[in-house]
Amino acid sequence: MLGGFLWLAASMYRNTLENLRTRGIGSGFGFLRSEAGFRIGEVTGLPLPQGGFLYFLLSLAAGLLLSRLVARRLAPGRGGPLPGKGLAACLALSVGLPLLVLYAFRHSVEIVRYSESSSYLVALATGLANTFKVAALGCAGSTVLGLLVALGRLSPNWLLGTLCRWYVELNRNLPVLLQLFFWYFIVLRGLPGVAQSIDLGGWLVLNNRGLFLPALVPREGAWLFCGAVAAALCGVWVVLRRSRRMWEETGRPGRRALPGALLLLGLPALAWLAGGTPFSLDFPVLQGFNYKGGTGLTPEFTALVVGLTVYISAFNAEIIRAGIESVSRGQREAARALAMNERQVMRVVILPQAMRVIVPPLTSEYLAVVKNSSLAVGIGYPDFVSVGGTILNQSGQAVEIVGIWMGVFLCISLCISFCMNVYNARIALVER
Amino acid sequence: MAVDIPDRLPPATSVGVLGWVRRNLLCPWYNALLSAATAFLIAKAAAPFWNWAVTNATITLDPAVAKRHTGAAWGFIREMWPVFMTGIYPAEERWRPLLALCAVLAVAGLTCVRRLRGAGWLRALWLTTPVLVFACIRGGGITGLPEVGTHYWGGLMLTLLLSVVAMVAAFPVSVLLALGRTSDMPVARPFCVAYIELVRGVPLITILFMASVVLPLFLPSDLDLDKVLRAMAGITMFFSAYLAENIRGGLQGLSRGQYEAADALGMGYWTKMRVVILPQALRIVIPPMVNNFIGILKDTSLVGIVGLVDLLQVAFATTSNPKWFGRLAEAYTFIAFWYWVLCYGLSGCSRYLERRIPSAGK
Amino acid sequence: MRSVFITLAAAGILALSSLAQAGTLQDVRKNGFLKCGTHIENPGFSALDANGQRIGFDVDFCRAVAAAINVPEVKYTPLTSKERLPALQSGEIDLLSRTTTYTMSRDANMGLDFTNITLYDGQGLMVRKSSGITSARQLDGATVCLQTGSTTELNVADYFRRNGMNYTPVVFDKQPDVRAAYDAGRCDVHTTDVSGLAAQRSLMKNPEEHVILPELISKEPLGPVVRHGDNQWGDIVRWTVWLTMAAEEYGVTAENADKLFAESPDPEIQRMLGKTGTLWQDLGLDAGAPVRVLKLVGNYGQIFGRNLGPGTPVNLPRGYNEQWTKGGLIYAPPFR
Repeated sequence: MLGGFLWLAASMYRNTLENLRTRGIGSGFGFLRSEAGFRIGEVTGLPLPQGGFLYFLLSLAAGLLLSRLVARRLAPGRGGPLPGKGLAACLALSVGLPLLVLYAFRHSVEIVRYSESSSYLVALATGLANTFKVAALGCAGSTVLGLLVALGRLSPNWLLGTLCRWYVELNRNLPVLLQLFFWYFIVLRGLPGVAQSIDLGGWLVLNNRGLFLPALVPREGAWLFCGAVAAALCGVWVVLRRSRRMWEETGRPGRRALPGALLLLGLPALAWLAGGTPFSLDFPVLQGFNYKGGTGLTPEFTALVVGLTVYISAFNAEIIRAGIESVSRGQREAARALAMNERQVMRVVILPQAMRVIVPPLTSEYLAVVKNSSLAVGIGYPDFVSVGGTILNQSGQAVEIVGIWMGVFLCISLCISFCMNVYNARIALVER
Repeated sequence: MAVDIPDRLPPATSVGVLGWVRRNLLCPWYNALLSAATAFLIAKAAAPFWNWAVTNATITLDPAVAKRHTGAAWGFIREMWPVFMTGIYPAEERWRPLLALCAVLAVAGLTCVRRLRGAGWLRALWLTTPVLVFACIRGGGITGLPEVGTHYWGGLMLTLLLSVVAMVAAFPVSVLLALGRTSDMPVARPFCVAYIELVRGVPLITILFMASVVLPLFLPSDLDLDKVLRAMAGITMFFSAYLAENIRGGLQGLSRGQYEAADALGMGYWTKMRVVILPQALRIVIPPMVNNFIGILKDTSLVGIVGLVDLLQVAFATTSNPKWFGRLAEAYTFIAFWYWVLCYGLSGCSRYLERRIPSAGK
Repeated sequence: MRSVFITLAAAGILALSSLAQAGTLQDVRKNGFLKCGTHIENPGFSALDANGQRIGFDVDFCRAVAAAINVPEVKYTPLTSKERLPALQSGEIDLLSRTTTYTMSRDANMGLDFTNITLYDGQGLMVRKSSGITSARQLDGATVCLQTGSTTELNVADYFRRNGMNYTPVVFDKQPDVRAAYDAGRCDVHTTDVSGLAAQRSLMKNPEEHVILPELISKEPLGPVVRHGDNQWGDIVRWTVWLTMAAEEYGVTAENADKLFAESPDPEIQRMLGKTGTLWQDLGLDAGAPVRVLKLVGNYGQIFGRNLGPGTPVNLPRGYNEQWTKGGLIYAPPFR
């Protein structure tokens, strides 16, 4: 058997080499450096990991590591709350330091935008960035939508329950490619042309070229403003923490609303006053063929995100429903007997137990989102597979491109599984 | 003295239709709001569809008449029906796929007769049917029928052939992979683990591209497979990994006692697997396996991306016909109907089996 | 790999594998059919007629080569533009006749050989009449629908870059998708080779609403392609195509080929049709090859007229594809 495998592998290898040689096809990954020459419809900027960005990454890693060390030092036992000083040090290290570095090197951060004269490698990276964009939105959207549908199915309202059941049955049993075609070719046809677009004073423009919204253009004060927002968020977190500790210690929560609101509004407002207007709005304007300026969502992108979200949400809804139903009735009744209100029952008792059932299958659905995003090639969205396909054709390097595809998707899958496994281990039943 | 108090009926609002409506739709107040919102949503979505599909629709074969109506032109489906079913399969040979379908249905029907189940000749029939179906549809060779090459295959026929072949072929492969993964053989185990994880980590479409573009480079130059077969190979490769994980679940779901008892009886590895373990393990995993089959059926639609004309791609082919130009909505509705019926039927089958099969002793 | 092996074994049992040797000519002769890669659907070049037979300009050259070798059958493999070059490289097909543009990189790096140029084409741009566009120079900022995996994509990029204009591409894998998206109003411009553009326009919802701009933005010399390294095979394809071109020049048609073979006093025609000399035998064919080819597909003018010329949906003028004697570029070397 072993010999058989080896023989098969060896003969395949030999065949490939021989085929490549006799047919005069070049091999190797050298072609990735040559100029691409074609254009990509949607370009996402890629931060180049060199110069300022590299320092930022380094400082982020160093900050996280140091703050962890500090935390270990100050609170050796597990779960013990950090004293205030340690917390401040940790925050400064893990948030302040990287922000400072980013600010210091703001002029040397290089963002690469793909153009025709970029290399195939940049083209592939751009495609990958587009894939990530779709996958991230698809994962988040399908979870939220799935949760809503699952709650609908669990509701005592018969009409809503039935509607949600048919939503699930319909979406689960239709191929995702069909659904993408539906969103792209049927819904796109229903949208008006550029000249007749639905225009809400420039705040929202909808036509068959996509959805256009005003864009934020950073100005002088943007750095200060972003820093202030980050600081405010950190501050709110500290306030909440303090209030919670006070609740645990004295049974009476500390003040939350007022200081939180003050921080959230006050700091950015101060920054606004000090640094001037941080952003200006860039409205989309009809110019020549199309709307210029603003941020646009193309029909391809929208169809892909909506199609994937709807398709996967049906599966997620079933997973979440099964998870919630798996928590035994006794748990709910016991929680009620402890005089918890409905929200507490859900948050403290039901969800933590349901999550243990939900997380593993949800992982595979997230993987499915990433893998299904490759169907972009069917509706003209320039994702990783689509760009790779173009390169395959321009360069003729089929083996290498397919190898890159598989390698990258494998890495993404392993990363997602790893993250979800870590999360799963944290929420798993701890036997005491 | 006992006073005979007549039984009081429950109030009219808590029994019968009214009671049901009250309980399920109206109480408490926010439920009523929810119901109203849902009803509004359903009406908003369903009414235009109903108008389009039924009220304003036509079924005439004359496109000029259909054009005067705002609704669907089902005449398009009526006229293009054979194309949706078989793609560009030559018109005068279309009886052959029909015959093959009838043969398969007949064999399946015979199997449903309880008395015949388990008969030797029926098993033999099951074994020969695929060969007969293939010979009938492809023709050529000893059948004496004109040969119809695989690139003429299309439509629902191709979708079904691809998925059925993938299901049948993936099954033995996945059993071997699952056995390999749970065994402790030195080379086979890591190989199976690597294979399963690799295939499960990549999208089907890259495997199809590999099958259609790269696979020929791996093979000796004198072996040549046509496109449909390569797509079948790709789908089989892909799903055998998923199926193998299901079966592994079944193998691990059996209690250790079963393994130890079989060992105690002095059975060898293969006997143990064949007689004791697999029959039980496979029975547990039938429902998830059926779910996997639904996945196969849906995912065969991706072969369109590598240039085969399956049920989904027929939509484009038929709507480029100048006579019925641009009737995409009708085509999609029709195709969606087919996929939905097939997949829903399969999932109903899975639910039925789930109810019928007692879970194996743990 | 185990599954690959098993699937392959199964496939082998299905008797669809065939054994072959080094020379393409010998392989084709032994198989009894020519494996030819064409378009899935491209009106005028490769399409299905009412009887399910493939017809078209590209298809006719496949049939001509099959007739020259004297094999009875051509097996067509419909290919997307992404698959066509790997299909030829891998040996899935013997001859690629699918409007493939002759470029240096394809010739030099991909293990391919272009034999002839059968059609001098150029890439054109189609817009809606209602847009009021009359020249390609007015297209700054336009959205362009096009098919991936061909020189089309690079030409558009080059053209807009050269003229300092901006555009947004929307790229699809298959021509029907491009057409559907353009027809739905997703794009301002539909671009492909002029010959294909006219056919695409005839398939639009309202063909008269679209106009093809006068500029050609590229040179597109199209022709059959073979694998690199089999010179005899390349020569056979090359001279079969030249035969149809020369036949038009000397007035040989499908109808009069037999008659001219018997009666023509012109020594060039005699050599070309294999009556005198051993030109065709030297190529590895038999002396009857040229007459067979011409009787099956006719001369170049007949092939062009039948598939692309006036009266067909494509309705392409001869233009550069006229004989050199009439001011065109179609020029066959001497048969000597």
